[in-house]
Amino acid sequence: MILSLRRPSLALTFCGLSFLCPFIACADRITLGAEASWMEQSMRFWTFEDSSLRIIVCGSLLMGLNCGLMGAYVVTRRLSMFGDTLSHAVLPGIAVGFVFTQSRDDWGLLIGATLSGFVGVSVISLLKRATKLKEDGAMALVLSTFYALGICLITHLQKGTDGGSSGLETYLFGQLAGLSTRDLQPMVICLVLLVLCFASLRKELLVCGFDPAYARSLGLPVDLLQFLIWILLAFCIVSALQIIGVVLVSALLIIPAATASLITHKMNRTLILSGLIGSLAGVIGCFVSFLGQGIPAGSVIVLCSTTLFLTVLFLSPVSGLLPKWLSSRKKSRRIRLENTLKACYQVLEDKSFEEDFFDQSSLARRRRKSVAEIEGEVDALIRKGYATTRPRSTAQRHDLPSETILSLTPSGWELACRIIRNHRLWELYLTNQASYSSDHVHDDAEKIEHLIGERTVRQLERILSHPQLDPHGKLIPSQTDIDRGWVSPRN
Amino acid sequence: MNPSPKPLEVHDLTVAYLQKPILYGIDFELEEGSLVGVIGPNGAGKSSLIKTIMGMLKPTDGYVRIFGTSVAKAIARVGYVPQRESVDWDFPVTAMDVVLMGRYGHVGWFRRVSKRDRFFAHECLEQMNMLAFADRQIGNLSGGQQQRVFLARALAQQSDLYLMDEPFAGVDAVTEKAILELLKTLRNQGKTLMVVHHDLSTAREYFDQLALLNMRLVAFGPSCEVFTHDLLQRTYGGKLTVLSEIGGRKLEEGPAVDRLS
Repeated sequence: MILSLRRPSLALTFCGLSFLCPFIACADRITLGAEASWMEQSMRFWTFEDSSLRIIVCGSLLMGLNCGLMGAYVVTRRLSMFGDTLSHAVLPGIAVGFVFTQSRDDWGLLIGATLSGFVGVSVISLLKRATKLKEDGAMALVLSTFYALGICLITHLQKGTDGGSSGLETYLFGQLAGLSTRDLQPMVICLVLLVLCFASLRKELLVCGFDPAYARSLGLPVDLLQFLIWILLAFCIVSALQIIGVVLVSALLIIPAATASLITHKMNRTLILSGLIGSLAGVIGCFVSFLGQGIPAGSVIVLCSTTLFLTVLFLSPVSGLLPKWLSSRKKSRRIRLENTLKACYQVLEDKSFEEDFFDQSSLARRRRKSVAEIEGEVDALIRKGYATTRPRSTAQRHDLPSETILSLTPSGWELACRIIRNHRLWELYLTNQASYSSDHVHDDAEKIEHLIGERTVRQLERILSHPQLDPHGKLIPSQTDIDRGWVSPRN
Repeated sequence: MNPSPKPLEVHDLTVAYLQKPILYGIDFELEEGSLVGVIGPNGAGKSSLIKTIMGMLKPTDGYVRIFGTSVAKAIARVGYVPQRESVDWDFPVTAMDVVLMGRYGHVGWFRRVSKRDRFFAHECLEQMNMLAFADRQIGNLSGGQQQRVFLARALAQQSDLYLMDEPFAGVDAVTEKAILELLKTLRNQGKTLMVVHHDLSTAREYFDQLALLNMRLVAFGPSCEVFTHDLLQRTYGGKLTVLSEIGGRKLEEGPAVDRLS
C-alpha cells in the first residue's frame, strides 16, 4: 500500500539522477579494453598527479565558476536569450581573427570574437530601434545569421589551409583535451574582473537590476552599468569557448544560476551558490568525460549541471517538489483521519451516546463509502491508537455476527470531539457573526475544522459566549468534555 | 536674491514624445511643506510630468528647478516613488534589501551599507508596519504590502522633496490609510510632496493643493478652490458625466466627501 506507484515526482527524480548513468556505464565499457581499469582511472583523476590533467581540471573549474557567477546576473536580469545570442554571434569573429593572425594564437581569436559579439549586439539594438521587430525577434535573427556565417567561414578556412586542419571547429563544441596553461590565462583574468566588479558594484547592480527607474532617480548611470554587464558577459563567453564551445556556453550561464535561484531569494547567495554549482558541474563533468574518453567534455558538463538542477528542483528541503508533495500527502492523510474520527463521533451521537461502540458498516454509511473502502481508514485509526476493536460478546445484541465492532480510545475520543467542536463552532460563528444562513455554512466549516488552532477556538468560544448548541441544534462538545477524557456514553 | 529657494519650480515646461507634445506650457511652483495631488484623465501626462521633473524625459522647452538648481545637482534631496509596474518582481531581493536601496544615495559608490543605514532601514520598515516581512522576497508580498515597502524605501531616503507616481493604485483600504498618514507626517515634518493620484472621490480630501492636468495645467491651487465642477469638466472633458456630477455635488454640498464610497 505504502509503496504504491503513485509517485510520479519520485520517479522523475530518479530519472534526473540517472542522467549520468549512461555515461558512467559507457565509460566502463570503453575502458574495459584498455589496460587501466575504471577504478585506476578515477584514482588517476582524483590524485591530480598528471600535470596535463591538472590543467584540464583547473580549466573546467574556472570556466564553471566564471559562467556560474556571470549567470547569476544573466538569469536575474533576464538576459538568458541575450547570452545565447552573444555566444553565437562571436563565431564569425573567431574565423576572421584566424584569417588575420594565421594561427590559433588565442589572443587574436579572442579579440576577433569579442568584436564580433559587439557587432551582433549593436545589430540587435539597431534592429529594435529601426524596425518593428521586438527584442526576441531581433535576437533570433542575429543569432542564426551570425552562427550560419561563422560556420560558413570556418568550413571554408578548414578546407583552405594547406592540408592541415586549422582546428577551429573545436570552438563549435569545445574541447578539453590539449588544454595548455596559456589557455587558462583568459579565464583567470575574467574571474578577477568578475569578482572585482561584482564585489565593488554590488549594490549599484542590485538596484539597477531590480528597479531601473528608481536607480535612475538615485542618479545612477543605469545604461552604463548595463553596458558593463554586457562587456563582462562577452568576455566570460569568449574565455569559455575553448572548453565548451559556442553552442553550449549559454546553458552553463543559465542552468547553475537557475539552480541557485531555486534555493535562495537573496542576490548575494544566488551569486555564490551559482558560482559553486557551476564549478561543481565543471569538475564532475570533467571527471565523467575523462572516464568516457571521447565524450565531448562540454556536453557532459552541461548535463551535469542539469542533473544538479533537477536534483535541487525535486529534493531541495524548502521548495523541492518531492518534500512539497510529501507534506501535502501527509496533510491529506491527516484530514482523512480526522474526517473518519468525526464520522465515528456522529455515529455515536446518532445513537444518543447510549453505547460506547459502533460497527464498521454504520461508519461506512456515515462516510458514504463502501465497507471495503472504509477498511483502510479504520486500519489507520487502529494503527494510530485512536480506536480499538472489541470482542463481540459485549455487543451481540443487534449486530451482524460478521461485523467488526469498534470503540474509540480516550485519545481518539478527544480528537473526535475537537474536530466536531471546531466544525460546529465555526458554523455558529458564520451564522451568528457573519450572518450566513445556516444551510450555507457546512462546506466552509468542513474545510476550516482541520486548520484552526487552539487559540482561535478559544477566541471563537469567547466571541460566541461559550455556546452549547450549533446552528442545527446539535450539542457542541465543550473543552471540559474533552478534558474530562473518555466520557462513557452511558453516564 | 532668494534666501530659501522653492523646493520645486516648473517653468513653461513642454515635453514631446515622437514629435507629439504630451505636456504643454506647464508652469507652477511648490512651497515648502505642501502636499500636492496631481489629477487628470488617462494619458494626461501625469507620469510624464514626474519623469520630466526627475530628468528621465528631456523637455523640449522650459526648465525645472529643484531647490534652486538642476535635478542632477539636487538629486540627493529628491525621493522618487515609481509606479509599481516598473519593477521586476522575480528579482532576488527581500523587502529589507529594497528599503536599504533608499540609503544607497547616502552611501555612495563602491561603499558598503553601514550598520547605521541598516538600523535606519529597519526603523522605516517598522514605521510602515512591515518589519515582520523584512526577510520575504518582494514578489511574495501582496500589492498593498509591496507599496508599503516602497514607501518605507522613500522614507529611508530622507529626501526633502518627494515625487510619487500613483502610490494609491491597487492597494487595500488599510494600506491606503497608512500611506495617507505617512504623507501627512512627512508634510508636517516640512517635506514637500507631489503625488499623482487617480481617484477623484478622495483627491480633495487627501491633498492640500491640487494640480489638474490634461496636457496643460488646467488649474493649480488649494483643493477646495480648484475641485469644482467647471474645472473638472475642463480637465476631464465633457465625456464623463459621472465625474462632472461629482464636481457638481461638491460645489453644491460643500465638503460632503464621505458620501462617495
